Amino acid sequence: MVRPIAGAAQLVERARHFFSSLPDTVIATAVWLLFAALVIWAVTSEAQLVVVGIIVGSILALGAIGLTLIYGIMKFANFAHGDTMMLGAYVAFFFLTGQVARDATEDAELPWSIGSLPGALEPIGKLTFGYGLIIGTVVAAMVIALLLVALNRLVYRPLRQRGSGIVVFAVASLGLAMATRALMLIIWGPDPRVYVSGIHMADKYDLGFTTITLKADQIFMFAVAVVLTALVYLLLFRTKLGKAMRAVTDNPDLARVSGIDTERVFTWTWVIGGALVAVAGVLLALQAQLNPNLGFVLLLPLFAATILGGIGSPQGALAGAMIVGISQEVSVGIDLSIGGADILPLAPAYKFSVAVVIMIFMLLLRPQGLFGAKA
Amino acid sequence: MTVLEAREVVSGYGEVEILHGVSIRVEEEEIVTIIGPNGAGKSTLLKTVFGLLPCKRGKVFFGGEDVTGQSPQVMARKGVCYVPQSDNVFPSLTVQENLEMGAFIRRDDYRPKIEEVLALFPDVLERRHTRAGKLSGGQRQMLALARALMLDPRILLLDEPSASLAPNMVDLVFTKILDINRSGVAIVMVEQNARESLNLSHRGYVLAMGQNRLEGSGESLLNNEEMGKAYLGG
Repeated sequence: MVRPIAGAAQLVERARHFFSSLPDTVIATAVWLLFAALVIWAVTSEAQLVVVGIIVGSILALGAIGLTLIYGIMKFANFAHGDTMMLGAYVAFFFLTGQVARDATEDAELPWSIGSLPGALEPIGKLTFGYGLIIGTVVAAMVIALLLVALNRLVYRPLRQRGSGIVVFAVASLGLAMATRALMLIIWGPDPRVYVSGIHMADKYDLGFTTITLKADQIFMFAVAVVLTALVYLLLFRTKLGKAMRAVTDNPDLARVSGIDTERVFTWTWVIGGALVAVAGVLLALQAQLNPNLGFVLLLPLFAATILGGIGSPQGALAGAMIVGISQEVSVGIDLSIGGADILPLAPAYKFSVAVVIMIFMLLLRPQGLFGAKA
Repeated sequence: MTVLEAREVVSGYGEVEILHGVSIRVEEEEIVTIIGPNGAGKSTLLKTVFGLLPCKRGKVFFGGEDVTGQSPQVMARKGVCYVPQSDNVFPSLTVQENLEMGAFIRRDDYRPKIEEVLALFPDVLERRHTRAGKLSGGQRQMLALARALMLDPRILLLDEPSASLAPNMVDLVFTKILDINRSGVAIVMVEQNARESLNLSHRGYVLAMGQNRLEGSGESLLNNEEMGKAYLGG
């Protein structure tokens, strides 16, 4: 009798062995070439989806960079990162509109909000939102950064002082993730919300071989993500704090021996990771909508991006987020059937499963990621 | 004048007591080597002195001041620098960045100090923008020494500086240690290469089972009969 499971397991084991025996550069080059080929193919046939994927990828990158910094520096998987992202979006919403859910059907509105400032909701140029949302985003970034610093003090630091293992940290963060989601449900209710209601017009752009439609908001999202990523890069490679963060990632004991105050580095990591993920939350809510359950779903692409790029590597997280974002979006538009069974396109609701598939393959074949060093 | 003194130090990992009352002292501009069989507590002694392990009983003095139980950060600020045996560089940081991290607690402009320290290690100087992870074992050890010098220490604690190095690199590392010492830095090192390190040391201590066993000048220990049999391989 044939045992397909055992056969598949053997195949995976062989593939794993083969891939782990290859030099780093060979496999990285092969993956990049494969990816480049896929991109060229996808760009020519599904340019629209690729562009949306790049935008989603750049937003995911902001979350994934924070996740990978926290993992690299504090050595644990922060399962609360997705929900924190959504909380950032809601905090910006709150400051912009002053709205909270009174009961199941009705909202209560605070007497004052940023949106009540003169002209705060007036659309800027072709964007759908006014300066109110920008202020709201900055405030949300600060609030989330402070919240994470407080949680670090209240939860993670006591655990560190007790010498807890990584599992304890991961479970603690899972608890915070659930608490965060419950908080969003209580304050803003389960129904999706948007920053600006109504139908938003998109512009057509002629790329020569094809035309794509893009909203001004989407260009804005991409620009913000690019600027913030560049700032993170400058921080990590040009400032003393950033170099200390990389040093702690490399070797926390030696960092301590060198006189680096690791607790201070941890605090700043939460500030940076929190600010980035809050902005990412706002941008994502602008692209899609505010939904208290979206945070947990987002955890999958965030982790997939982080693992794909190599845990602890910010450059890797950026590349991983782009790959996950593009694959996810393109998966809903491409027809692919194998042996008469339709594999693609996926129903849009299932597009996050692409991230899971990428993550599983990466963990099986190359757990250190595209950029990670071999253990 | 005594730079560093450990008096009747009792220490270990958690419940396990490894040092049962060890005493050493290091005078100004001295090189002191600590030798002894595996598990004698040599590395534990350095870690306890530097504040990486709690000192359960006994005292540690630096320049006459009681520094028992001070954190590594405080010790580094006071002028005690420690080079671990392994993992003693930041592999993904460049040589230059490693030295900047060595100077992390300096408030002044440390750039001239980087040039000064790199001048001592020409091999490493050439590769200042290379990631430390790409250096050879010997170059890494040089970088680790260079990093520890960034704070202008009065004393260096070296945990097996010659461990897992090629023989020609061992000589080079010992030469550098001698150079550093001649510039006025006291050195206390734990070593497996007992003969070579005692050769260049002013004094030495032999630890066994977490206690002082022998003590004397480098030369006298090399010629000691008990030493010869037990620790120098005849």
